[in-house]
Amino acid sequence: MRVAEASPAIPVVPSRNLVEVRGLSTVLGSKTIFDGVDLDIARGKVTAIMGPSGCGKTTLLRHITGQRAPDAGSIRIDGADVPRLSRQALFDLREKIGFLFQNSALLTDFSVFENVAFPLRQHLDLPEPLVRNIVLTKLQAVGLRGAADLMPAELSGGMARRVALARAIIRDPMLILYDEPFVGLDPIALNQIVKLIRTLNDTLGVTSILVAHEFSAVTRVADHVVLLAGGRVAAQGTPSELAHGESPWTRQFFGGEADGPVPFQYPAGDYAADLGFPAAGAA
Amino acid sequence: MRRVSRPSAVGDALAQVGACGLFLLQILAALPGSLRHVRETVRQVWFAGAMSLVIIMTCGLFVGMVLGLQLYYVLSIFGGTAALGTVVSLSLYRELGPVVTALLFAGRAGTSMTAEIGLMRATDQLDAMEMMAVDPLAYVVAPRFLAGIIAMPLLACIFNALGIFGAHLVGVSWLGLDNGTFWSNMTSSVDVWKDVVNGVWKSVAFGAVVALIAVFQGYTTPPTSEGVAYATTRTVVASSIVVLALDFVMTAFLM
Repeated sequence: MRVAEASPAIPVVPSRNLVEVRGLSTVLGSKTIFDGVDLDIARGKVTAIMGPSGCGKTTLLRHITGQRAPDAGSIRIDGADVPRLSRQALFDLREKIGFLFQNSALLTDFSVFENVAFPLRQHLDLPEPLVRNIVLTKLQAVGLRGAADLMPAELSGGMARRVALARAIIRDPMLILYDEPFVGLDPIALNQIVKLIRTLNDTLGVTSILVAHEFSAVTRVADHVVLLAGGRVAAQGTPSELAHGESPWTRQFFGGEADGPVPFQYPAGDYAADLGFPAAGAA
Repeated sequence: MRRVSRPSAVGDALAQVGACGLFLLQILAALPGSLRHVRETVRQVWFAGAMSLVIIMTCGLFVGMVLGLQLYYVLSIFGGTAALGTVVSLSLYRELGPVVTALLFAGRAGTSMTAEIGLMRATDQLDAMEMMAVDPLAYVVAPRFLAGIIAMPLLACIFNALGIFGAHLVGVSWLGLDNGTFWSNMTSSVDVWKDVVNGVWKSVAFGAVVALIAVFQGYTTPPTSEGVAYATTRTVVASSIVVLALDFVMTAFLM
């Protein structure tokens, strides 16, 4: 019956995973950020990467986009091994990736319209009416068609992030990465971004990776949650599986306990000695 | 990543020179890619060149007027005021035009290049371009570097013209030197190739050096407000020193 298992594994259909990370290891300064991380990002799904501050979530995004090479391990996007790509091949790959920066990173010299049109103008030689229509459609999708003529300095934080989102999807990417998309937003703007991420994922059929802290927002948007801690994947699963997980990591992270596997105290020397008291042993 | 061990101030300065040289090679490698961004280069020439016209023209006029006054006084001691046009034009073409223009350019356009690129770094705009598969070296850095090379000689020529006009104003219109003597002595003793063109070569070199220092400082600045402030200062200090030192070397070779 099980013929497929007996025959040699020749992949005819593309892998179920768009991004595959294997044995990722990174040391920044004297700190080990990743210690053999294995991670799969499923196609067409929203995957949230969570973890305590400083656990390397943003670094992971930088590895995936090739902005930073890891010390060891491989990162495959659609079969291409990112750290080993030439600069040209990396740029070709990035044309198919949208990236939403935490601070939006809009080009301050250009209007909202020109910001969104920027990737089109740089890479494609399209007639102006077509550029205009594509840009206005994307702006309409994020609800800011009326703001096309504003400058970035005139936008609120939530609006700037939506403009950046329109810019990230202007070329219909296969993968969108969101770096802390919910930080610093009021509840209304946060709900708008949550809704946008979900609708974009479902209507465009893209794969989304988002790095976030806000578990309530993540439960509404993510299909799969990965908890990074201590340089490894501490737990993963659907949001509800993680919320009821039994591992000390998930309990501390989702239960919001101040102390646990992630210590409240930053590593330091003996407290009494630091304050100038005689060492505890000598007393 | 760029933090290397820093043994001393001299070592630090040498490391900067080395990094700046490597950066120049990167810019040169990005130049073909920047040909796609002709509009951006034109915009930068406008910004670095046309927007510097007021300060260059004003300073040129006053430098010429001061030269006219001082040299008229010195020449009158020897009874040689007829040579005023010659002396003023030679000092402007050969030295003052290129050098003073370069110093003014560093203060006016170089600082704004550094601050602009530094702030783009600090606000992730350069990273955003990288992520949109646009090479910031080709789109941001190379056009500004080219703009410096194109704008500087043009500005130096305008500076010279205004300087000579200023000297004429003082020497002829005010102090009563003969108009014909002023011009004829100048035209008979100034050589186009040896004096004018050599000065233009100098300003091309100064334009390249000042623009290189400005974009290098901006591109490698730490992404903080303090970092941008220091980088802007370093642009002016380093440009001034390098321009004057390079001027000496080029003068020795072009003599």
